[in-house]
Amino acid sequence: MPSQPDQAGFLPLDQMHALVARLMQLGYQCLGPTVENGAIVMREMRAPDALPRGLQAEQAPGRYRLTQDPLNRYFAWANGPQAIKPQTFAPTESLWRVARDAAGALQFEAVVPDVPAQAIIGVRACDLAAMAVQDAHFLREGRYDAHYAERRERLFLVAVQCAEPAATCFCASTGDGPTPTAGYDLALAELAEGFVVEAGSGKGAAVLDALNLAAATPQQIDAARQQGPVAAAAQTRSLPGRNLRDALMSRLEHPRWDEVAARCLACGNCTAVCPTCFCHAEVDEPALNGQSSEHARIWDSCFGESHGHLHGFNVRPDIKSRYRQWLTHKLATWHDQFGRSGCVGCGRCIAWCPTGIDLTEEVAALMSGTDQPSDATSKHSTRPASGQVAAYPRP
Amino acid sequence: MPKPIDAGAPHAATVLARTQESPSIFTLELRLDDAAAHAAYRFAPGQFNMLYLYGVGEVPISIMSDPEDRDGIGHTIRAVGRVTRGLAELQPGDQVGLRGPFGRGWPLQEMGGRDVVLVLGGLGCAPAVSVIHYVLKRRERFGKLVIIQGVKHADDLIWREQYDRWSKLPDTQVLVAADEGAALWPWHVGRVTGLFGLARFNPERAVAMMCGPEGMMRVAAEHLLARGLPESGLYLSMERNMQCAVGRCGHCQFGGAFVCRDGPVFNWGEVKTLLAHRGF
Repeated sequence: MPSQPDQAGFLPLDQMHALVARLMQLGYQCLGPTVENGAIVMREMRAPDALPRGLQAEQAPGRYRLTQDPLNRYFAWANGPQAIKPQTFAPTESLWRVARDAAGALQFEAVVPDVPAQAIIGVRACDLAAMAVQDAHFLREGRYDAHYAERRERLFLVAVQCAEPAATCFCASTGDGPTPTAGYDLALAELAEGFVVEAGSGKGAAVLDALNLAAATPQQIDAARQQGPVAAAAQTRSLPGRNLRDALMSRLEHPRWDEVAARCLACGNCTAVCPTCFCHAEVDEPALNGQSSEHARIWDSCFGESHGHLHGFNVRPDIKSRYRQWLTHKLATWHDQFGRSGCVGCGRCIAWCPTGIDLTEEVAALMSGTDQPSDATSKHSTRPASGQVAAYPRP
Repeated sequence: MPKPIDAGAPHAATVLARTQESPSIFTLELRLDDAAAHAAYRFAPGQFNMLYLYGVGEVPISIMSDPEDRDGIGHTIRAVGRVTRGLAELQPGDQVGLRGPFGRGWPLQEMGGRDVVLVLGGLGCAPAVSVIHYVLKRRERFGKLVIIQGVKHADDLIWREQYDRWSKLPDTQVLVAADEGAALWPWHVGRVTGLFGLARFNPERAVAMMCGPEGMMRVAAEHLLARGLPESGLYLSMERNMQCAVGRCGHCQFGGAFVCRDGPVFNWGEVKTLLAHRGF
């Protein structure tokens, strides 16, 4: 929690609805945790008291199950398959449209997204870190993405301190959690009798003021602060470092890539739940009457066959090269692009992988060995030796 | 937050002229309908545009016309996919959408006074043909011009008369090879890599630009560097799946580079390590 203890308020458990009601009064469409098909998803709350209580999300490679929280807390579930990303980088979104008149003349116009102001209740430190990572991509200086910017600007984020990490969580090792430190409007830490609430923005401070809460006591603030280190210590997975760029880029021909490729279905689940993956396809949807056409973007995955498609050949025709592309982008070349890793340690790719591939385990296996010299069976892995440029077979 | 600078909708453009270059290759000369936008349009050889075919989609196409020719913007296209087959059907007067120019072009500012070596493979020639025209129009500014062109089949060579014409110019050497020849094919039959040894230029004061299949470019790079060309003088144009053209959609990533934004032209040193691995 940020260091403004004198401004922290205390929201009793039975007053949780007052916070949601205030946000609704301010005109925010409130998205909160909702159980859908056995998982926690962010959906529009119909009423201020619609938050579920007493749920935990038990997660393991290829497994996600909601269980009962013996303490009946509001936020004892670590995370669900999505949090903020679909609200800022929409899964599908029209970018521009073109009309064609009877003479065949084309008229192009940009599509401005019509999005309501939204409040998301229950975002985690990893979600906030992931949003900052996506901001660096979509709000790059000189190339603002109009659609992302429009959605991003209208968000009000209510973060929560993680107290109950899942077995798949490893945000402590990436440096992105479990305590929210930036990017939120309000941050909550759940104690037995209520929430310590702190503001992280002017918008958040205004809402906090309007709630007229009693100040949190030093004991309550201390109890809230202790949750972070405890949750970090409870994490069982980790990455061996925050910058694995050189370690991975020097293992591009490691035999582990073949092994993981044999287990990977290339389904793209990991990229769909990853809060930082930004790839999208651009598609055209002509109207049935022939008079107009929409140009839209839709989430894409580097595991799909079309991602590396070029006329005449596919840059990544096999699963091995696609998995390697994903992992080396996420953990290695992301540093070249954005100055940090693309992984925030949320563990979603582990839980939602149908075959239970564990990114932390794959990294550990890659690190345990060194690259293999090319041999007769890997005809494409010709590598330069001592400054010589090796011959490179045509794709 | 600052306002976005690229809302992203294309400009309408009209086909001024259409030329059939070979059975599957054609050239479209386009003009932006908005006169002010057309007058303001500037590009560097090696850059590309996104051309949009109504209701079908966009494709990245190199600009092959001269940057100082303000009449039309030239694109030589091979009809290979949904969009390009449709573009092939267009006639003068038809409209398309155009976004661009995008990416980083050839380092023309570094070429002054130097020998210029172009290594072109297959249909990858279009991005570099603009360089040939550029040099020939400003001949006194450059040293020798060496054009090395390989094609799979003799019939794939477009602009054949131009190659004949270029080969007769002073200080200009044209080396063409087809893996498979044909009747009356005047050039070499066999791998283009077999011609590299014939190229006459001063490696210490040359700049080389490559465009074509990556395997060919790797062999060419090996040869040129072995002859003493400094790595800083070796460039190539890369091709990847491009959908947004502004470094956003992610398809064209090559290591940490977004080919559409950081390329498509790269210095050899920027990409050589990763080019040694298939699948990036």
